[in-house]
Amino acid sequence: MARWSYPRPSPTEITSHQAWMSRRRFLAASSIAMGGMMEQAARPAMAEGLRTRPGPFQAEEKPTPLTDVTHYNNFYEFGLGKSDPSTYASAFRPRPWTLSVEGLVAHPRVWDIDRLMAAMTLEERLYRMRCVEAWSMVIPWDGFALADLLKLAEPLGNARYVAFESVLRPEQMPGQQPGLDSLPWPYVEGLRIDEAMHPLTFLAVGLYGQTLPNQNGAPVRLVVPWKYGFKGIKSITRIRLVEQMPPTTWNRMNASEYGFFANVNPDVDHPRWSQATERVIGGGGFFGGGRKRTLMFNGYGEQVAGLYSQMDLRTYF
Amino acid sequence: MPYLSGSGRNRTVVPWRFETWILTIVGLVPAALYFWYGAHDQLGADPVNVFERWLGLWAVRFLVLTLCITPLRVMTGYSLLRYRRTLGLLAFWYACMHVAVYVGLDQRFDMPVLWRDMTRRPFLMIGFCAFILLVPLALTSATWAIRRLGRRWRTLHRLVYVVAVLASVHFLMAFKTYTPTSVGYAAALCGLVLWRGGHALWHVRKRVRQDGPRQGTVLK
Repeated sequence: MARWSYPRPSPTEITSHQAWMSRRRFLAASSIAMGGMMEQAARPAMAEGLRTRPGPFQAEEKPTPLTDVTHYNNFYEFGLGKSDPSTYASAFRPRPWTLSVEGLVAHPRVWDIDRLMAAMTLEERLYRMRCVEAWSMVIPWDGFALADLLKLAEPLGNARYVAFESVLRPEQMPGQQPGLDSLPWPYVEGLRIDEAMHPLTFLAVGLYGQTLPNQNGAPVRLVVPWKYGFKGIKSITRIRLVEQMPPTTWNRMNASEYGFFANVNPDVDHPRWSQATERVIGGGGFFGGGRKRTLMFNGYGEQVAGLYSQMDLRTYF
Repeated sequence: MPYLSGSGRNRTVVPWRFETWILTIVGLVPAALYFWYGAHDQLGADPVNVFERWLGLWAVRFLVLTLCITPLRVMTGYSLLRYRRTLGLLAFWYACMHVAVYVGLDQRFDMPVLWRDMTRRPFLMIGFCAFILLVPLALTSATWAIRRLGRRWRTLHRLVYVVAVLASVHFLMAFKTYTPTSVGYAAALCGLVLWRGGHALWHVRKRVRQDGPRQGTVLK
């Protein structure tokens, strides 16, 4: 019996299945990017389908209808009303866009958003979202774990917090123009490094399988499902690894109402209202949505309670 | 004098008339319209909250209109006094609906939560106080009550100025930041209260100048 052999690549040379699969995604993304360059003006209006796959942590609840997710928003850069973001966000240009990962990291880098999306494996996660105003939604986000991006940058040993900064464009964002009701801009947020590296912590670049709409924080936003929604900073331009706890916008505005941690907690009330229950957004008029009990850590206690085992959550709310 | 028409032609307490009924019905249109929208899923993603805030806003609007009647008469001589009771009652009805929607539609009669709200949260305590103080005013708005209470009626109904200040604070606290709307209405309410205080003071001084101190009037 003739024995034959052929030169085999060593195991380290074999392209992983994941990388092999992502090559198609890269090709698709770059063709989208090139197409986008040709019809830049048309881009924001036409949301593109994302190549995404189901990820872990799928919530059991029914997703909130897309129109509610895109027309009931707190995005004060566009105005204080819930419908202001969907009304005014069409003037916002989310591309070209760069996201800088910097500070206490071995490999700081300024990412082009489309290159970043091509480099990452996009997955869908159905997360509960609980707003500090006592309403809630269930949203299918598309994106990748923040930890995956931070690992590429390799945080240094003394990096203890992650500071996020949003965009400052008063000419495109009417809410950023000076006024009585204006906040200090740009919006800033922060996480402790262990919170940032947690697999639940997510950077979303899409929702419902489509490119992230402007009013939901295009082109890239943070989603931390066990914290109140205001922690989910939108239209991020800068991620900075730091040693000290960074300032956060709402905490600066009113420290007695908005803490740095802002973990969803039905037992710690907002000074002006109870956090024990939440209004479920989802249409149906007065009698459609209803109210439900708010869960500790928004129902993600099994995954994240360990992060806070040594802390008094009444003091560090 | 409250609820007395000053024309001389008809110096009696004005009865509950046809035009005030029309005003009442027109005044209730915003509530009816939004209730219909809400029941038919036309109030957006968070209809209960929209309806609740809408009713509160209209309560404040009618309170402003009620308090405008006297300054308007003093400054322009144009008296809409016969509509003041209706406007005041509309403010009361809107406050009632506002509270009812909060208790029923919003909190779904969750008694432990409501109890904590009423005992621990200044925002809701202040709003509730304003509502409670409106109740005796609404109960004594009937013509027979005005006749029966006489001078004490006027004293009692000065409570409306306390309500205006409480409502302003509650309204300002209902927003995360100071908005043009909240600051505008609060300034209007507080401005009307201040005007009334200044006007009363000016009246007392004028009377003192003309007649000398009256018995029992303490002057500083």
